[in-house]
Amino acid sequence: MAGTIQLEVVTPEKLVVSEEATIVMAPGAEGEFGVLPGHTPFLTSLTLGTLRYRDTAGTERCVFINGGFAEALPDRVTVLAQSAERRCDIDINRAKAALERAKKRLEHPEDASVEPDMDFERAKAALARAQARMSLAETRRNVAMQ
Amino acid sequence: MASLKDVKAKISGVKKTRQITKAMNMVAASRLRGSQLAMESFRPYAEKFSEVLGSLAERAGGEAGPLIVPKEEVKKVCLVLCTSDRGLCGGFNSNAIHAAEDFVKQQKAKGVAVSLVCFGKKGRDWARKAKHPIVEARLGIMGTRIPFTTAAKSGQKLIDGFLKGEFDEVHVGYTRFVSMARQTPLMQQLLPIPPIEKKEEEYSAGEYLPEHICEPSAQELLEQLLPKSVFIMLFSALLETSTSEHAARMAAMDNATKACNDMLDELTLTYNKARQAAITKELMDIVGGAEALKG
Repeated sequence: MAGTIQLEVVTPEKLVVSEEATIVMAPGAEGEFGVLPGHTPFLTSLTLGTLRYRDTAGTERCVFINGGFAEALPDRVTVLAQSAERRCDIDINRAKAALERAKKRLEHPEDASVEPDMDFERAKAALARAQARMSLAETRRNVAMQ
Repeated sequence: MASLKDVKAKISGVKKTRQITKAMNMVAASRLRGSQLAMESFRPYAEKFSEVLGSLAERAGGEAGPLIVPKEEVKKVCLVLCTSDRGLCGGFNSNAIHAAEDFVKQQKAKGVAVSLVCFGKKGRDWARKAKHPIVEARLGIMGTRIPFTTAAKSGQKLIDGFLKGEFDEVHVGYTRFVSMARQTPLMQQLLPIPPIEKKEEEYSAGEYLPEHICEPSAQELLEQLLPKSVFIMLFSALLETSTSEHAARMAAMDNATKACNDMLDELTLTYNKARQAAITKELMDIVGGAEALKG
């Protein structure tokens, strides 16, 4: 197998990941896909989800991705995400707070006074984001317990 | 000559001013570091994005989306003007506003109506005074850490307006951060998206690289990517302006501190002269008195 892939995950705020990987799995808009070295050029949009990759030491790492685009070339994968965090950087308290806010808004769909700066669609999206962040952070906890 | 007391009061006043300008200089310096960092961390995203967009646009070339096609008749133009919220930053705002004024004049000469979206209070104040219609004014965000969502939200509004025909063209006026000593106001077209420059192919010509597989189709991807490219242009304009503002303020405050120092030197000299004159006068009085007693 031809070596490794250079994986880069960038958001408008910062460069999240820049690392050599042996395999990358990403949440494409039309299904999850995997990239191995020597992949044919490929361009796709991403949905909310988890990007997983194996680094050169063989450890599996996870990155939370909130939509965006990915370009795969034979020797590299570039992910342009709206926001992204490594699993260890997820702020679980913030996610919990966001979850609560979104839930509150969704429970009172007619009452505009509850969380006024959030419309229904945005609340739904926020809920999905918070849940995805939390479930990813939870998996780490379980691993730590074992 | 001013009395001793007056000069003393003036010295202490100038000293206090110097303290303030010094402090503002240091605050601007630390903010500048912050916004420069934000600019640097945004650069990889923007670069990668234009790479991806470039390779996609090359192939989807013919079937351009509505955001690329120029309107046949340009009657209404929207200018996004980025200035700062606060003053005391040298010619920063007036330069930006002059550039905007020229732009508006040019457009008006062509019979085009101009409306404004103002980022920053100074630009809004100018637009109000000059009686240009203001579509939206966003205050309190320039010079702080600007989140990307701000650019995305405003960008979306501009795109909606463009598609609905509220504006036929959207331009952005911002101040480019060239170096610490130089910031230049610029005008750039935001919508319709100017033709994407084809980047030099990174893979050497001899190497065969098959076309990208796209999922969903190249057309759909392009439709999703193009609005993003507007947000990116807008966001980078905001970042550049913020950084320029801090750099301009730093330079202005540095000059002010220097001027304070010069003034202090002069005033101290005047003070010493006045004091010496007073002592001499007293001595003369004493000597004169003693002479008189002798006689």
